[in-house]
Parts: sequence; structure tokens; C-alpha cells
Amino acid sequence: MTEVEVSPEVAEYTEVHRHPEPKGFWSKYIFSVDHKVIGIQYLLLAVVAVFVGMALSLLVRLRLICPECSYPTLGTLFPVGAPEGVMTPEFYLAMLTMHGTVMVFMVLTTAPQGGFGNYFLPIQIGAADMAFPRLNMLSFWTTFVSFMLLMAAFVVEGGAPQTGWTGYPPLSAVPEATVPGIGQDLWLASIAVFCIASLLAALNFIVTILDLRAKGLTMMRLPLTCWTWFITAILGLLAFGVLLAAGVLLLMDRNVGTSFFVPGGLIVSDKQIDHSGGSPILWQHLFWFFGHPEVYIAILPGMGVTSHVLSTFARKTVFGYRAMVYAVIAIGLLGFVVWGHHMFVSGMSPYSAFVFSVLTMCIGVPSAIKTFNWIGTMWGGKIRFTSPMLYSIGFVSLFVSGGISGIFLGQPTIDLYFHDTYFVVAHFHLIMGVAAIFGMFAGLTFWFPKMFGRMMDERLSKIHFWLTFVGVYAIFGPMHYLGMLPHPRRYAEITGVDFLMEGGAAQLHLFITVAAVLTVLAQFLFLYNFVKGIYAGKVCTDPNPWEATTLEWAISSPPPHDNFGGKVPHVYRGAYDFSLGGAKRDFAMQCNDDRAVYGEPSAASGD
Amino acid sequence: MSDAHAATVAQPTWQGGGTPLAVGHKKLGMWLFIMSDSLTFSALLLTYSYVRVANDWPTPFHFFPSIVFSTVMTLVLLTSSLTMVFAVSAAHHGARRKAVKWIWWTAIFGSIFVLLHSYEWMHLMVDEGMYPWANEYGTPLFGSTFFLITGLHMFHVITGVAYLAIVALGYRRGKWLPEDVEVAGLYWHFVDLVWMFVFPLIYLLSTSVD
Repeated sequence: MTEVEVSPEVAEYTEVHRHPEPKGFWSKYIFSVDHKVIGIQYLLLAVVAVFVGMALSLLVRLRLICPECSYPTLGTLFPVGAPEGVMTPEFYLAMLTMHGTVMVFMVLTTAPQGGFGNYFLPIQIGAADMAFPRLNMLSFWTTFVSFMLLMAAFVVEGGAPQTGWTGYPPLSAVPEATVPGIGQDLWLASIAVFCIASLLAALNFIVTILDLRAKGLTMMRLPLTCWTWFITAILGLLAFGVLLAAGVLLLMDRNVGTSFFVPGGLIVSDKQIDHSGGSPILWQHLFWFFGHPEVYIAILPGMGVTSHVLSTFARKTVFGYRAMVYAVIAIGLLGFVVWGHHMFVSGMSPYSAFVFSVLTMCIGVPSAIKTFNWIGTMWGGKIRFTSPMLYSIGFVSLFVSGGISGIFLGQPTIDLYFHDTYFVVAHFHLIMGVAAIFGMFAGLTFWFPKMFGRMMDERLSKIHFWLTFVGVYAIFGPMHYLGMLPHPRRYAEITGVDFLMEGGAAQLHLFITVAAVLTVLAQFLFLYNFVKGIYAGKVCTDPNPWEATTLEWAISSPPPHDNFGGKVPHVYRGAYDFSLGGAKRDFAMQCNDDRAVYGEPSAASGD
Repeated sequence: MSDAHAATVAQPTWQGGGTPLAVGHKKLGMWLFIMSDSLTFSALLLTYSYVRVANDWPTPFHFFPSIVFSTVMTLVLLTSSLTMVFAVSAAHHGARRKAVKWIWWTAIFGSIFVLLHSYEWMHLMVDEGMYPWANEYGTPLFGSTFFLITGLHMFHVITGVAYLAIVALGYRRGKWLPEDVEVAGLYWHFVDLVWMFVFPLIYLLSTSVD
């Protein structure tokens, strides 16, 4: 083992036990217990999943603008779903379901938390690894099994499920109600396995943050990225267990003959179903008790990265650090008591709807605190418009745009009109889909030099930012108008209701599809930039190219095995000490003591 | 955290800012697992409450044999929690052989519970015609919820017995620490606690008062 040099940034450190580096290919890259390798495995899984998800969304868009068009390649791939290349309505629903499921579970849940969280959480808190490295490996491979189960739904007889990512019964509970096959069962098995993986991962994250912080790293000195990963983990710990229970119940309804979610007297294809006593609303309660926290599981890490990046490139400390922390906690707590706003049209007492509505509005307060603090962080700063900074500003923009429509939808009277229209599609894609994705772009471009020791091409990243930023607004902006028509979502085609396709709706659909194709093409630019960066990017020997303050920038790039080589840095200050008066540089790293920052002992108290 | 106290709990890998709750990894991890698992059980118990209220719920159980039998099961499980307390206490006092003995007694009482429970299931299915998908008392959901909730609980007990066996062997060989016994105890008491919800909700509330 070679001796790892301690960065000159580290003022003082504690010697701890070093773990031997694995030698074999399998233990080093496949069944690795190293959090950095596992983080990259999660990211790669998410990259594969996101391209699958995008391809599915394009099929959905193509079916919407031209239901009768034929795509011969598709006919070869899916002879049943697309006979002679023409997509059937059932195929459309299957693609839509799988798009949602793949994106929500395999991309938005895995990459921000499993990917970036795994890679950078231990380093940012000065730990050698997660608290339970082997459990961490188990979490990833369980997630992988879940992904394979989900993908298997494409190839089984009957194809992928057609019940939407929410899998509402009785459609999903009664096999006779959709194309027969085990697609829905595979989907449910995949979700159940995914729940177990996420539970284990969440447990690991919480223990790591509470138990493994370096000396001097108090909770209120944590980078905001760590805070969001922490709260996300708590949400995951409490939410996935409920979905697991719901998934098991639905699997039993389908395969054991129970009727938890199937009411009596249900008639499918002129035949009465032999079930009684259950309630489809029960599934909605259980699902959305998970489903709403899930939205924050997707978006919170993006908020953390955005706060982190905005502060770094505005060269200013985060405006209202404590308020940011409390806002994240408040969003996490409120996330558990608003699930009913997904069910305003499910036959709910107006008094219940009122309570859920008021609680939903309350989320606007911490969200606004975060938004104003992001703006306050940038205000008067010496802003460096690097690509991660652009993506982060894009995140703020998308978060606000998607958030405002959320205020509309949170009110029962308005939601009755907008429910299940394209307005909802626009809302959740902007705030939970694309904003979270922009958080990932920010994270990837920001941490790329640390992960691979090379730089991505800044120019290409910036071009990609503008193409994507304009692209997503072109896709989801017009959907607000479609929703007001009100154009219903999840319909393969609109026939017999002419007024819905008037007023420019057909042309808007065409416009959205063209924008979607172009935006997806722009992602290949990012992929090219990413892959090229790994193999042929400009070598970055400087461990801290962005002049950032947190611990990961004090070690070489890519970080050595064990991160700090058995020498844990001590932490002296908060995570965002920029533009300090009297300091030698315009920033102070968390591991710099006052002597390193100000050049003489006890010039300032530092805290 | 005082040094004297610090010596009694497992230390984090880094002697830094950790242990804000003065809890080692494994114990904290188990507490978190219990929180998560209790949410899963809560979801199932809420499901039970929901369908119970929504249906005309049968109350087919009688004082004898159902309640007497399930009371015996409850006593067996409670006794196992008591022996687990003895095990944890012995482990903390460094009485290794004694602790291992009590862990085995806990596993034995857990196994007796599983055997009694299996016998009850057999009886309900074979003699009473009660299955997860149908029963002769009324709504099929009566059987569904019964087998689902007691089944998941029994799964936890079986897992727990295996876990206890591993801990007993590992602790006897000196591979594991007294805290590992305590962590296993946390799990075991949790499983016991779940039964304290299952017993009144599933059994007592489904009884006809003759």
C-alpha cells in the first residue's frame, strides 16, 4: 500500500485504521463495497434507465401526434403491441406506464441519492465509507434485480402493464381487466424489491450521517447536500415500507385471490368478478402516503446540490443556512401529511379536502424560503457562470415554474377541473422530473473533475444547458394550455370530442413532440461530453478546480481508496465560508484552521 | 458525552463528531429498521381497520378454543421476551455462558410460538375451511387479513429465531459483542410488541361473546 499524502489544506487530522484495497476485478468493480464504486454503479444504472425512459416518452409523443402512423422497426420489436409498426392503444398505455415507473423509481430515486449521495456523502463528512459497506452493496444489487424485473415486463406475453405508474386498482388488481399476462406482477415484484433496496439504503445513509462525521463537523456545519441526503433518507425509510405493504396486498389480490382493493359486484367484459369487500380507495391512500414523500425524495437532493453550487459560484455563503436546513426539514415533515391532495376527485369529504389543501399550501412557505434564499445567495455575488452554475440556476427556474402550478392544483375547487389533464403533466414534470434532472446535471458537471480527475468540455455543457433548458420549457409550457382546454392525460387519442382538438391543440401536440425529439437529441450531446470527458477530457491535476470549500476538494481526484487514506481531517468551520474579510484567499475550506485562512494565529475566532 | 459513558457504547470508526445519540452503528441501524418495519405493519393494520369498517365483519372466534389458545401463544411470546431481557442483562455483565443459555431459551420459546401458530393455521384451514381467499364466516377479507397479518408476523418470528441462533453462536465464540446481543434483543422485543397489537385487533375483536 502506498502512503497517501495529506492535502496541505488539512490543518490537522486523526489517524485511523486503513482498509486494504481490493485487488480482483470482481471485488473492485462489480461486487465492490466501496461507496464510490457503488455510487458510480447507481449512476450508470440511472443513465441506462433514463435513456430507456426517454425512448418510451418519445413513443408516447409519436402516438399522440399520429395514431395511425407505422414505424416498421417497432413492428419487428413488438409484433403484438405494434402490429405492422402501428402502435395499439394498449401499447401506448404500456409505454406510458413504463416511462413513469422507470423515470420515478430507476432515475429520480436512484441517481440523486444512490448515485451522488453514495459517492459524496462519506467524503463530505470525512468518512472512509458508509456505515454498513456490505449493506450498501446489497442495496445496489437489489436495486439492479428490481430494474431487471421491470425490464422483463417488456418481453413477457401480454407485455408491460398498462395501469400507469400509480397502478390504480381495480384495473391493476383484476387480471381480466387488461391484456392478460404477468407484466403487472413483474411490475409489482419490481416495486417491492425496489422498496427493500431503498429501505436498506436509507437506513445506511442515516446511520452514516449521524455516526461518522469527522471531528468538528457538527450538524449545522454540514454541507446542505448532506442535509438533503439525510432528510431524503428519512423520507425513504418511512415511505417505502408502506408501499411495500401496498405492493404485497396488490400482488395477493392478483395471485392469491384476496380482494383488498376489489369491490364487490365489479363487472368486467360483461362478467361479474368473483371478488368482494375491498376498496380501490385504500390503494390510493397507501400509494400516495408513499407517493407524495417520493416526490421529495426525487427533488430534495437537487435542492441540496443547487444550494451548494450556487454558493460556490456566487462566492458567497449560503443566504440563511439555518433557514435552509429548517425548510428542508419542514418540507420533509409536511410531505407526509398531504397525500390526500392526489385524491380530491376520489370521493373525499370536503372537510378532509380542505385540511389536505391547507397543509399543501403550507409547503409553499418552506419552498419560498428556499427560493428566496437561493436568490439571496446569488444577490451581489461575484457570479462565475460555469456549467454547474447554469444548471443550478435552471433548477431554481424550473422549481418556481413547476411550483406555481402546484399552488393551483393544491386547491380542490381548481383541481376538480385540472385533475387528470395535461396541466398536471406539465406541473409534475417541471418540478419533480426536469428540475430534479437539472439538479443531477449540476451535480455531475460540478463533481465530474473529482470523480474522474478530468474536466468535461465546458462549452459543450453550456450548449447542452441552453438546448435542454429551452427544450423542456417548449415541451411542458404548452401543456399548461392543453390542460386548460381541458385535454385529458393518459388518452391514447382523442376521438369524437372535436372541441378538445380545436383551438390549436393538435398543432401544440405536434410542437411538443418536435420539441421532445430535439431535447432528447440534445441529451446525446451530454452523453458524448460525459463519455469523452472520462477518457479524453482535459486532465485536472488541481484537486480543487472550482475553489470550493467542502472536504471532497481537499483530496486528490479521483479520491483514493479509503478517501483520506486513514487520516481523517478535522473540521473548523461551516461549509460555505466564501469572501472572508482579511483572509488570504476568497474562500476557506472546512479543514482549514484560522492560521491557514488568515495567516496568523487567533486573528479571528473563525466560528 | 463523558468518557466514562463513551467507553460503554460501541465507538464509531472515526473518533470525531459521531455518536450524537451515543449509539453505535448497529444499534442505531436496528432502531431505524424497527421504525421502517413498524410503518409496514401500520399500513397492514390500517388496511385491516379500513376493510373491517367497510364490511359486515364476522366475529367467529370463541373463548374456547380460539382465545385460550392464542392467549397461550401470547404467553409463550412474552416469556421469550423475558428470557431475552435476561440474555441482554447477562451479556452486559460479561456472563457469556449465561447469556448464550438465555438466548437459546428465547429461540426455543420463539420456535414453540411458531409451532403453536402453525397448528392453529392448520386447524383453521382444515377444520374451519378458512383460507386467504375464502371462508365460511362472511366476507373473504376476514381470512385475507388474518393470514396476511399473522403470516407477516410469523415470518418475523422465524427470521428472529434464525437471527438469535446466529447471535448465540457468534457471541459464544467471542466473535460478537454484548451490544450485538442487545441489538438482537431490540428486534425480538419489537416482534413481540407487534404481536401485542395483533392479538387484540385480530383475535379479541373477532370474538363472539357467548
